[in-house]
Amino acid sequence: MITLTLRYTTRAPMPGNARRALVGVVASGNLEVLLERTLPDTECAVEIATPVRGYDEVWTAVLADFVERASPGGLRISINDSGARPDTVALRLMQGARLMEATR
Amino acid sequence: MHLQPNVPSPRAWDTGRQSREQRLASAARFARGKLVAHQDATSLLEAVLRPGDRVCLEGDNQKQADFLARCLAQADPTVLRDLHIVQSGIVLAEHLDLFEAGIARKLDFSYSGPQGAALARALAGGTIELGAIHTYLELFSRYFVDLTPHVALTVARCADRDGNLYMGPNTEDSPVVIEATAFKQGIVIAQVNELVDKVPRVDVPGDRVDFVVEAPETFYVEPLFTRDPAQVTETQILTAMLAIRGIYEEYGVRRLNHGIGFNTAAIELLLPTYAERFGLKGRIATHFALNPHPTLIPAIETGWVQQVHSFGSEVGMDAYMRARPDIFFTGRDGSMASNRLYCQAAGLYATDLFIGSTLQIDPQGNSSTVTRDRIAGFGGAPNMGSDPHGRRHASDAWMKAGREAADGTPALPRGRKLVVQIVETFGDKLDPTFVEQLDSVQLAETLHLDLPPVMIYGDDVTHIVTEEGIANLLLCRTAYEREQAIRGVAGYTPVGRARDRRVVEDLRARKVIRRPEDLGIDPLDANKSLLAARSIKDLMRWSGNLYDPPRKFRNW
Repeated sequence: MITLTLRYTTRAPMPGNARRALVGVVASGNLEVLLERTLPDTECAVEIATPVRGYDEVWTAVLADFVERASPGGLRISINDSGARPDTVALRLMQGARLMEATR
Repeated sequence: MHLQPNVPSPRAWDTGRQSREQRLASAARFARGKLVAHQDATSLLEAVLRPGDRVCLEGDNQKQADFLARCLAQADPTVLRDLHIVQSGIVLAEHLDLFEAGIARKLDFSYSGPQGAALARALAGGTIELGAIHTYLELFSRYFVDLTPHVALTVARCADRDGNLYMGPNTEDSPVVIEATAFKQGIVIAQVNELVDKVPRVDVPGDRVDFVVEAPETFYVEPLFTRDPAQVTETQILTAMLAIRGIYEEYGVRRLNHGIGFNTAAIELLLPTYAERFGLKGRIATHFALNPHPTLIPAIETGWVQQVHSFGSEVGMDAYMRARPDIFFTGRDGSMASNRLYCQAAGLYATDLFIGSTLQIDPQGNSSTVTRDRIAGFGGAPNMGSDPHGRRHASDAWMKAGREAADGTPALPRGRKLVVQIVETFGDKLDPTFVEQLDSVQLAETLHLDLPPVMIYGDDVTHIVTEEGIANLLLCRTAYEREQAIRGVAGYTPVGRARDRRVVEDLRARKVIRRPEDLGIDPLDANKSLLAARSIKDLMRWSGNLYDPPRKFRNW
């Protein structure tokens, strides 16, 4: 298992006020994403645990696009990967962002 | 000496008929009337066939004349050699054994599915002399021009003593194969599951059939079109939502064909749920040229689908189709009737949209299912996934696509077929779907093929759908724009990451590229709970237990 840590400064805080959301499952070709609103408004930290080596560059690209699209300021994101494809990762992140946008 | 050029030299005009009479005479001792015992089948084939004959050994993409294939493979290669095999499907191991043994030498075919890897090895090893890899309509057409079979070995559910054949729902290629053979003085031999006094329906009249063999086992049918809803991924659900909102709804597509993959199975399963939300029933996906996909059952039961004509059948669907004659084509006996030639022609000329998946797409939009070590051949996609320039009837979807391609109002209005590739940017084992060069180009060089096998040519493709969005190639005005539109939906593949980001953003602003959020698609909807059926068992329930799935899909 390898661990990657990525940090971003976002242009705005993540909308909504959900404190925490969990999407996905730990199953082959899938991943689990935990999002927690615990950081200052324009900071985002992502920690990725993955069994697959050699995809650092792809992870970096997927996360950079996600930060650009969703502006997830204030979120600590923990990813528990089981060899998911980049498209699945991007989908899970967008699903997580949608849950955090919820106002309740 | 005085020459008389206008006086024809004496010649025989019936050499074909004479050859046929000789063959029938040498086969007579194995037959009682038209009936041949299964133990004598190999001897019959040795008596009827001649070296170099063109032979169709059906060989469809579903049903197989498997007993006759085994008998032919057992023939004496010193008697029977150098046959030219002209059939759509190379599906059984025996089909390739013929070439190993030297019984056959030359091959013209369409589809090789399960034998794709073995076929690639045989071609590389030089045991097969390849004519061409055809589309179905091309091969069937050539049966009437320069590839007319001398002998056809066909397969039916039952026959009577006069040779009348009942095919059941898997009529498939047989009528066209048999007509071409019989009417050009060839010989037709059928293997049947049983002999009966009266067939339920005459699919092939007995006067086109020379010999009937009751096979010791029922013939094999490949369940090729069954997709277990449980295997549909959330990414595929997302691409299906994109296709429904961005293409089906946008163009009002009512007449269409679906490919065989999970993405289009997902579309079928989203019609009664997701598409229902937008009030699209009756406005999209009403008339299909399509095999009876089990995943279509919920859309049929909820009144979405009005009519389906099929190339072949699907294992387990017989009773369901019999009970739904308003939807399917059925004979007077009640059972469904298919025909690959008719349905391919329907899919080419009478549908407004083809949508299917593929293994590789290049930056020009060309696609292929050939990989370095597999030659899968072509199914129905190349005919249906092409813009038929011979079409002359208008429809709203076709005209709208034509207007988009023309950039404004042309002096002479023309339509365009919607040809859509729906894929996930990565396939199995993280193989990228988008590649700078198709593997088939390299393969064509290695095997010295005249043509690299291309499933759908880029200039026919109108839209590419991936989880990243839809690229509408009709709206691209330059080759560079087109390439960037393709890269712009190619996700994190190397092709996608090599995009010109500024151009891609411009294309999005012009709605050439549309992202899920541009179409109001919520990623939280990309969930299996959105599927009308989530398992094979659900499909059975939807059908009122009329659908009887094959054993390998019964996982409970």
